[in-house]
Amino acid sequence: MEILITEPLLDRAPRVGGRWKRIGRQFTRNRLAVAGTVILLALAVVAIVGPFLVADPRAQDVPNRFAHPSRDHWFGTDELGRDIFARTVNGARISLASALAAVAVALSIGTTIGLIAGYLEGKVGLWLMAFIDLLLAIPAILLAITLAARLGPGLTSAMIAAALVGLPAYARLARGSALAVKRQEYVTAAQVTGTSRAGIIRKHIFPNILTPVIIQSTIGVGNAILLVSALGYLGVGAQPPTSEWGRMLSDAQKYILTEPYIAIFPGVAIALTVIGFNLAGDGLRDAFDPVVKR
Amino acid sequence: MARYMLQRILIAVPVLIGVSIVVFLMLHSAGGDPAQQILGPRADAESIARLRDEMGLNRPLAVQYADFAQDALKGDLGRSYRSNDTVTDEVLSRFPATIELAMAAMLIGTTIGLIAGIVAGVRRDSFFDYSSTLGALLGISIPTFWLGMILIIVFGVELRWLPISGRVNPRLGADPSAPFLVIDSALHGNWVVFRDSLEHLILPALTLAGWPAAIVARMTRAAMIETMDLDYIRTARAKGLKESAVVRRHALRNAFIPVVTVVGLELGGLLGGAVVTETVFSWPGVGKLAADAILARDYQVVQGVVLLLAAIFIILNLLVDLIYSWLDPRIRYA
Repeated sequence: MEILITEPLLDRAPRVGGRWKRIGRQFTRNRLAVAGTVILLALAVVAIVGPFLVADPRAQDVPNRFAHPSRDHWFGTDELGRDIFARTVNGARISLASALAAVAVALSIGTTIGLIAGYLEGKVGLWLMAFIDLLLAIPAILLAITLAARLGPGLTSAMIAAALVGLPAYARLARGSALAVKRQEYVTAAQVTGTSRAGIIRKHIFPNILTPVIIQSTIGVGNAILLVSALGYLGVGAQPPTSEWGRMLSDAQKYILTEPYIAIFPGVAIALTVIGFNLAGDGLRDAFDPVVKR
Repeated sequence: MARYMLQRILIAVPVLIGVSIVVFLMLHSAGGDPAQQILGPRADAESIARLRDEMGLNRPLAVQYADFAQDALKGDLGRSYRSNDTVTDEVLSRFPATIELAMAAMLIGTTIGLIAGIVAGVRRDSFFDYSSTLGALLGISIPTFWLGMILIIVFGVELRWLPISGRVNPRLGADPSAPFLVIDSALHGNWVVFRDSLEHLILPALTLAGWPAAIVARMTRAAMIETMDLDYIRTARAKGLKESAVVRRHALRNAFIPVVTVVGLELGGLLGGAVVTETVFSWPGVGKLAADAILARDYQVVQGVVLLLAAIFIILNLLVDLIYSWLDPRIRYA
């Protein structure tokens, strides 16, 4: 960690919106963060518009199976003659949507648990955090496959499993921040003036924990994409003929000895997406936290 | 120190019990009927009811758990409905293969991660630093199973250097469930099996090592950079020590503290990652056992594997805590 002592001096005259401007500047100056954002924007465009522009990802053309990449089929065709490019593009929508949904659920439930545990402390807080620690005591992928298998294989089960695995990180983060914030004078002032507990959590504590939660959720989406695709690969996530990237790779492995090209593009797509979220997440962390720069 | 150790060990017991409750509830509450799953879709209602009764599924969940816990303490985790073997036997016979894979992966991952992290941290902003940072980014972003598939394509299919599935060539007559096949065959001077099992181990171990190598490299680099800026390092330099001695004698020990935590925690993650890697390479360990059991809905086996791996994970965390407090006495008194 490198300590930049110049930063507090620059901050001598805070103006309205000055903090956000500084964060924005810090973020755009970080070339890796910008690269990550560009990847994510491109992916968002592909996920939203792409499926309308490409061929039907489920259309089979068996005589034309295992066609190598060409001008007609950019990424080639699979064992049923389906266009791998069309399937990969559609997979972007499936992967992004499922990962975002998983993170949204994990974030809302996790943050709520953490806030309550942090603000109330006492017995309720202890029990809540004991539950969270239990979830952390089971290796993530095992927790996810157990749950996904029990709920029955499918994309929804994979999403619920990814949400459950992601949840503890937000709970811990929110609890830590809530514990720190509640000892501040303005929270004591609100208590003295008779604001309700729910009101204090909502108005005073919640806004203060947003930053770490946003940073965590950016990296969390990348992890959720990895987990959902791993569950698809293991057969407990998305089922055929869904063009989910992990599932596509699981099918591709059956032909890996003779047609290895089928296994290339969906994997590149997963890796690129996760790289995008990791770079953007790291960039956000550095931008929000300029004093301590890793 | 003894008091701190005792405290930590006492905390691990309720965590273990809690984990067993969570896993038990996950597999026994929601979802379909295990009796129906065992007998298949064409079974009639009467046989299902009889099996439910035999399996004790009609009793309250709490009673079922109490029974299960009592048996588990005696080492009885039930039977696999596919093989009719006891779960304990199935899990224990597959476990050595997983340990061998996980240890090999940890060794490779930690070595690569430590060297890359130390050099990148000491030579900050150099070409090596940028390449290792990029490598670490790839390591945490590439899905494990895809890394395995790429290694299979390159080294197994295109170059034909290494075998792509299993633990040892069945024609050699070696027992594929033998513990530590590589070391064992070397000790017995069976060089044919040694070479073959080592070749089988390389690709799965590299696959599983990708993630920990990346995490350890990132952590070590950050810890080295932080340490190299501290006053006592400046003092060491000021008294005229060579840079290599400063790094070796002064910086490394301090930088190791966060690294130990990561290595310990990643070993637990490795056991989980083994499920995916073993599936890619048909490696006959507990991970493959769990993945197969899940697809066949053999929940007793799933439960056994998850409990075993969770218990190991908890014990590893405990060990990490103890090593950590030994390296940094401040933690004991915090």
